[in-house]
Amino acid sequence: MADPRLSGIIKLAILAVGGQGGGVLTGWIEDLARSCGYAAQATSVAGVSQRTGATVYYVEMAPHRTGDPTPVFSLMPAPGDVDIMIAAEMMEAGRSIIRGFVTPDRTTLIASTHRALAVSEKMVPGDGIASSDEVMAAAEIAARRVIAADFDALAIANGSVISASLFGALAGSGALPFPREAFEAAIRAGGKGVDGSLRAFGAAFDAAANPTPEVPTAPAAAKITPVSGPARLMAEWDRLATRVAALPAPVAELAQPGLRKVVDFQDLRYGADYLDHLARVLAVDDAARGWVLSHEAAKYIANAMAYDDIIRVADLKTRGRRFDRIRKEMRVKDANLLQLTEFFHPRAEEIVGLFPAKLGARIEADPKWMARLDRWFNKGRRLRTDSLRAFLMLHLIGGLRGWRLRTLRHAQERAHLARWLEHALGHVATNYDLAVEIIRCRRLIKGYSDTHARGQSKFDRVLEATAVVASRADAADWCRRLREAALKDEDGKALDGAIATIRSFA
Amino acid sequence: MAERSFKAEVEHLRLGAGETFTGEGILAITKALLENGVGYVGGYQGAPISHLMDVLADAEDLMAELGIRFEANANEAAAAAMLAASVHYPIRGAVTFKGSVGVNVASDALANLASSGVNGGALVIVGEDYGEGSSIMQERSHAFAMKSQFWLLDPRPNLPCITKAVKDGFELSEASNTPVMLMVRIRSCHVTGSFETRDNQRPKLSVKDALSNPQSDFARVVLPPMSYLHEQDKIKNRWPNAEKFIRERALNEVFGPKQAPVGLVLQGGMYNGVIRALQRLGLADLHGKTEVPLYVLNVTYPLLSSEFLEFCDGKDQVLVIEEGQPEFIEQQLTTFLYRAGSTVRLRGKDIFPMAGEYTGQVMLDAIGAFLKAAAPQMLPATVRAPNEDRPQIPDLTKTVPIRPPGFCTGCPERPIFAAMKLVQQETGKLQISADIGCHLFAALPPFEIGGATMGYGLGPAANAAFDGGGERRPVSIIGDGGFWHNGLSSSFTNMAFNKSDGVAVIVDNYYSAATGGQDIMSSRADNPTKATKHPITKALKGIGIDWVRQVDNTYDVGRMRDVLREALTTDTPGPKVIVASSECMLNKQRREKPLQQKAIKDGRRVEAPRFGVDEDVCTGDHACIRLSGCPSLSVKKLDDPLRDDPVASIDQSCVGCGNCGEVADAAVLCPSFYRADVVHNPTPWEVRLARVRSRVIGWLQSRRAAHRLSFGDAP
Repeated sequence: MADPRLSGIIKLAILAVGGQGGGVLTGWIEDLARSCGYAAQATSVAGVSQRTGATVYYVEMAPHRTGDPTPVFSLMPAPGDVDIMIAAEMMEAGRSIIRGFVTPDRTTLIASTHRALAVSEKMVPGDGIASSDEVMAAAEIAARRVIAADFDALAIANGSVISASLFGALAGSGALPFPREAFEAAIRAGGKGVDGSLRAFGAAFDAAANPTPEVPTAPAAAKITPVSGPARLMAEWDRLATRVAALPAPVAELAQPGLRKVVDFQDLRYGADYLDHLARVLAVDDAARGWVLSHEAAKYIANAMAYDDIIRVADLKTRGRRFDRIRKEMRVKDANLLQLTEFFHPRAEEIVGLFPAKLGARIEADPKWMARLDRWFNKGRRLRTDSLRAFLMLHLIGGLRGWRLRTLRHAQERAHLARWLEHALGHVATNYDLAVEIIRCRRLIKGYSDTHARGQSKFDRVLEATAVVASRADAADWCRRLREAALKDEDGKALDGAIATIRSFA
Repeated sequence: MAERSFKAEVEHLRLGAGETFTGEGILAITKALLENGVGYVGGYQGAPISHLMDVLADAEDLMAELGIRFEANANEAAAAAMLAASVHYPIRGAVTFKGSVGVNVASDALANLASSGVNGGALVIVGEDYGEGSSIMQERSHAFAMKSQFWLLDPRPNLPCITKAVKDGFELSEASNTPVMLMVRIRSCHVTGSFETRDNQRPKLSVKDALSNPQSDFARVVLPPMSYLHEQDKIKNRWPNAEKFIRERALNEVFGPKQAPVGLVLQGGMYNGVIRALQRLGLADLHGKTEVPLYVLNVTYPLLSSEFLEFCDGKDQVLVIEEGQPEFIEQQLTTFLYRAGSTVRLRGKDIFPMAGEYTGQVMLDAIGAFLKAAAPQMLPATVRAPNEDRPQIPDLTKTVPIRPPGFCTGCPERPIFAAMKLVQQETGKLQISADIGCHLFAALPPFEIGGATMGYGLGPAANAAFDGGGERRPVSIIGDGGFWHNGLSSSFTNMAFNKSDGVAVIVDNYYSAATGGQDIMSSRADNPTKATKHPITKALKGIGIDWVRQVDNTYDVGRMRDVLREALTTDTPGPKVIVASSECMLNKQRREKPLQQKAIKDGRRVEAPRFGVDEDVCTGDHACIRLSGCPSLSVKKLDDPLRDDPVASIDQSCVGCGNCGEVADAAVLCPSFYRADVVHNPTPWEVRLARVRSRVIGWLQSRRAAHRLSFGDAP
């Protein structure tokens, strides 16, 4: 409820993540208000805020003539009593809504749409990123007015930090009764990084004053980049591409990138193998089901075939394009040099994986030999890929693609692929949805060494537990739940719980 | 070198009579100390008065000009003990620390000080760390004032009132021979505003002069029978004198109309919040002119019965607004009414919540509820029958993740806890006790290390029950700040004396980092006024601990892990102590970044390291994040329809500390991390070598590329 006797006070809160310059922004706003003949008061809770926590800064201001008594300002924002809410990150905008600082009768919400992910979002083995869309939807209802843009990107593009662009957005919003020049004067008075700050300020001012409605771009059909190479290979590629084009549209959509992935991993013959595997799935699939099974298979067979072995890593690490990309990302100028250090730590398992399948299998079964290999190879290696020695070594390993199909690792991966497909396809006739879910479980296998082993074991346990309920009508649902549980934490605690639930009734 | 410098602001402390100071609460307090002729100041840092210590340190030159002694005390007990100078000598002294934990540490000295009584004004400025943003257990310093009989000021939170409280505090202290505690809440420390300044005063008697003319009086010593006399003196003389001074000087304030059916009694610190609630209820104006009478307790201990009863006179009901629990003030005021046979009804925590911060909403709800019941005719119609039609806002509490504080980008403590997590993967879960300081963030995900904290410097002491050892050794963690604060005596001599079999890890980041990067005994910095560079290991050897390992580069995760493993398995009897040293990255960056940029500008050779992730090699399992938690190591979704899970990604804020690579190596994670060292101003020889290398590498790359298909999007 807006009290007319209080209408003179403008209440502005800033919710920022530590290190975003919330203090600087608060200082500018305060100076701005005072320079425009207002009385102003700012407060903050500093303490451990700098260390990545969420922090509230709060400013109140009211017109003031010299000699008049000073207004009594509050030291903290109250729910339902905030005129301008600045959120320096998308989830902080959500937090401000939860805390009631954004209300439809009065609040102008200025939010940066970028994300600074919380640890809890980053550490889950699967996808733990919170939904910005939900926050945006709530903001549209909760706020009188929403000004949202990626003010972080805007600041970086102008060589500044987000405090400057948020100050620009505040000016552009027109929510404060002060002219643009007064804002800019406050930045100048601050005296630090003035040029960059003013540029970011200007860009954000325009973005807030004339918001261009964001056209919801449908997830652009993954852009297809051209394929090039020697004519001999191109002819064969075209033949494979024709096979993909002949697939039902939903399958081709993923078979296209899938084929690229496996050919890039090995060669064109391997690509043909991929399409053969896919053809087997397609043969038992059903147009009436929308080809869901083959659609998923196109994705996960490609991922399974392009497994992560030393050869692949060495190949990826030594490509010319990678060097270009890193130079760009690290902003290496022509006058600079770039030194690259890679961190490798091969274990006996990786080494033996490169051996011919039969020999490798024998050695792997022999603990003495494995211990010996560990002694020889198992230690951290830092390779300077900008130097000739290390580059040449990785380049040679990356060139072992011809050898790969004979290795132990390949034999293991091929066997695993076959078992998995057979298992899934075995269910198609009786429970189509279950077959789809089993195909999707391939997502659990990822990472290297211990993490890879843990993924394998989760995959096995999910399939094992699914088998227990396979005859039930809701088996597919259980399989999905098990997989999602497996992706929640590293140790598989959620998965243990889900399996215990299944055991309790099955 | 502290995290925040006040060198520029400190110049404002020179303002003279009739000028206007505009700035932050802590600076205003410092200015008030100078204006009131303080002779010595000291304290120990900690939120929310860390910056007050920083201001004092930065103002050391100015204070020296005025003949004022500044001590950065070893801990709060030392700070409080320093006030002994005011026991015999007519010198004003002020110390500052955080409440209530700082007061806990200082309690021995405070109790003795209060018993002896003071001659010169003694002021304890306590930063009350209560409510949102607080880093400690929620308690009140109020109880200490009551038990030891010193007076407690809780002024209205604006600069004129806070600075006046400093003046009043010294005078009250001198008038009643009692130390006075000035409580400033977390927000009023950082509130900004203006006040009219006066000239700074030299102390009437400086500590130097006092030292030339020593005094003693055994009647002041806390020994029987004098201690019994002290107690009588408190009650018979000091207390009445204090009451007289408080009343005559009108330290407490009354606002609003004389005649009203109800009134509000509040701690001074609550004033602005109460006015805001009244403003929103339509009962006060912009400048605080209120229609409901207010009795504002700028002195919350002692309370004045007569003054309170006068305020209650003619009222039906009064509401006591007292933040924190238990409700000491309310109980005392109730006693006053009962003893006076009054019929005035007293409300308080029956309407207000017993615990928790009195936020804007709490104030509005409680005061509104009180007035609705006690004096509905005072409220405007809109408040009595609100006509609200609020839209349903979607519940985001399940969507928005919590964001507790954590280690900074590049923090040298992160690899210590990554190593510890790796060791626990070998040994199983260990009994780990922690201390106070940044390292306590390890208790949170992703590390989840450390199950208890018993106080500053008490980490290893908190494991004392396990000193005898067992199947696995207990581990304790303590910071360098905690080590020098109290840890050397309370934790390490305790371990040594009791022949502890435990392991202690001292996290040495060269500063009292959690409180804002102040220098301590073992800091590596040159400090013109403090003795630094005293190795922790030397202190440990000095108390007879022989199994000590110094790790000079905590980022070497493998070595950290090996040393921890050794400490847990060695046959050596007695305490096993690891000193893990690397500089706080926040401070290091602040110091080195400008130097580095200057070096690049000057054309000197500089290597700038940063880490990156090959997104094609990363499989999105996030094992690296579970061993790091670095803010610059995040995840991002790829524009690849074949990938389900986001992959790791390192942003611009990376400082190249090396933890990612070390962890990937020590934990045998994936090979997707790389370090890119950008060499600025390379030597001509380097440039030539690089040219040759890149020519050969380029030739090999194009040769291979010519024999395979190239997909534009592949790397």
